[in-house]
Amino acid sequence: MNTRTTHAPIIEMKNIEKHFGSVIALAGVSVEVYPGECHCLLGDNGAGKSTFIKTMSGVHKPTHGEIVFEGKPMHFDDPRDAIAAGIATVHQHLAMIPLMSVSRNFFMGNEPVKKRFGISFFDHEYADSVTMEEMRKMGINLRGPDQAVGTLSGGERQTVAIARAVHFGAKVLILDEPTSALGVRQTANVLATIDKVRKQGIAVVFITHNVRHALAVGDRFTVLNRGKTLGAAQRGQITPEELQDMMAGGQELVALEGSLGGTV
Amino acid sequence: MSQTAQSPSTSDDTDERVKDLGWRRALIRPELGGIVGTIAVFLFFGLTAYDSGMFNAQGILNWSTVSAQFMIIAVGACLLMIAGEFDLSVGSMIGFAGMLIAIFSVTLGWPVWMAILVTFVLAVLIGALNGFIVIRTGLPSFIVTLAFLFILRGFTIYLPQTIERKTIIGGIREAAEGDWLGAVFGGKILKGMFQWMGEAGLITTFERGTRAGQPVVDGIPMLIVWAIVLVIFGHVLLTKTRFGNWIFAAGGDAEAARNSGVPVNRVKIYMFMFTAFCATVFAACQVMEFGSAGADRGLLKEFEAIIAVVIGGALLTGGYGSVLGAALGALIFGVVQQGLFFAGVESSLFRVFLGIILLGAVILNTYIRRMITGER
Repeated sequence: MNTRTTHAPIIEMKNIEKHFGSVIALAGVSVEVYPGECHCLLGDNGAGKSTFIKTMSGVHKPTHGEIVFEGKPMHFDDPRDAIAAGIATVHQHLAMIPLMSVSRNFFMGNEPVKKRFGISFFDHEYADSVTMEEMRKMGINLRGPDQAVGTLSGGERQTVAIARAVHFGAKVLILDEPTSALGVRQTANVLATIDKVRKQGIAVVFITHNVRHALAVGDRFTVLNRGKTLGAAQRGQITPEELQDMMAGGQELVALEGSLGGTV
Repeated sequence: MSQTAQSPSTSDDTDERVKDLGWRRALIRPELGGIVGTIAVFLFFGLTAYDSGMFNAQGILNWSTVSAQFMIIAVGACLLMIAGEFDLSVGSMIGFAGMLIAIFSVTLGWPVWMAILVTFVLAVLIGALNGFIVIRTGLPSFIVTLAFLFILRGFTIYLPQTIERKTIIGGIREAAEGDWLGAVFGGKILKGMFQWMGEAGLITTFERGTRAGQPVVDGIPMLIVWAIVLVIFGHVLLTKTRFGNWIFAAGGDAEAARNSGVPVNRVKIYMFMFTAFCATVFAACQVMEFGSAGADRGLLKEFEAIIAVVIGGALLTGGYGSVLGAALGALIFGVVQQGLFFAGVESSLFRVFLGIILLGAVILNTYIRRMITGER
């Protein structure tokens, strides 16, 4: 499986800087994401993770730096552009609308339509059958497609959101702290979902605080601190302790550099 | 591994659940509160006011007309509330739009169709302005439309006083004589059928006077037709189209909807415009019926619309509700208001009844909603 590292990255973020007025949120962060890999983005609060993924998903425009998507420089004017290109974001809390049914949530913003008497109607039959099918694939048994999302557990909601992104052709899936509010069992379900998605050849960007969650599914790790890349590593080249130290502020960065074989 | 083990049991399992869901799905609906309330109200008046004439042709027309009035504004308020916003300026808009039609057609002498069309354009633009201010400033729509409640009412009093030196402008019925668009709001349909029903003895006819031989109900007012058309339009829009999904999404969680590519701002502004449209339909029908426009028309209608919508099962904070439910809420409202009159109950007790129904329906709706959505 080492051959995948020789693949071209699907998205490269080169020296991204983002300034908000006088605040420098990102001061030159570079990340490469490969198809079929899970790239973990770690960092403490205020490290710039959110700004970074918002730049990647088209919410913010970088002040400096370049985004190369599938080998071509990209400029996203708004998130819709990014979604159309195949960059999907699943937010921690803002993924699903609890009052709406799973089927309505699944197709929110991408509603299938059929024409009747020249008028476009929401194709509920198609939406319902696709929703049930996709949920079954992800191991969630719904009572029915009209079951409200509010009746699902937090982990199931994340899984619905991930399944939705994959169904609509995401090539890069950005997961913004999907496990931070979940229990052990639900976390395991979400991590298993990430693994399934990765095996379909989709690039996953997994933002987390939790080193153990990152190590469970991550192929590459990038640690951000104060708007800069503090370190990067690949699976098997770093121990949990080292990753933890790095996240905590990089006290042992010097020692780490040696153990990473100069990849920092 | 679990998938292979599951597949036979899953089908059994889901079959069982679908059965269970069959009666649950039929019962647990957002409209359930409205349905229960409607049945209760008709039972109550069926028992207490049966021989009062409430359920003969004239009586039915009476409370149907009042209910239809509530329905017209409830449809707009319902869709707007589901989209997550309020419009408190509905009542003032009714007065203002009616006054505009009167000023254009009587004072300025425009043809009635032109007066109505220009009024619709202006009203919908004011609705759009409401929405635009709410979206741009991020202020609660409660406050923004409260401001318009006063602004529009102020103009509704100021304009006729300044122009005509009075607060009621009449003479619209004469101006609307033979006008095609006037008839769309003030006319009646199925006159032939009612004439036939009168002759066949199905409904009573006048026995003396200038209208002797004519049925007591000579047609269905366009007001009721508008109510039915708007309810069907609103229901289909909300439940059967992609735009309907956007309305739910915009009110359920605007940020999540935006993240999924739903044009939330556009949806909300359109719904403000639609609410203004409904208020103007109400105004046009009322002006054609009365033949005049008054500065006090539409007072408190915004609250009546919101009450009907809430009785119908909509969530005040948005994202959940039903147009059919709102229509039933309007029906309950109209039947209670007119039924108490038929039953000979002191009219001030109307408010007591209304309060009890509102409270009961909202409590029931809250339980239903929690069952459906898993809210805590």
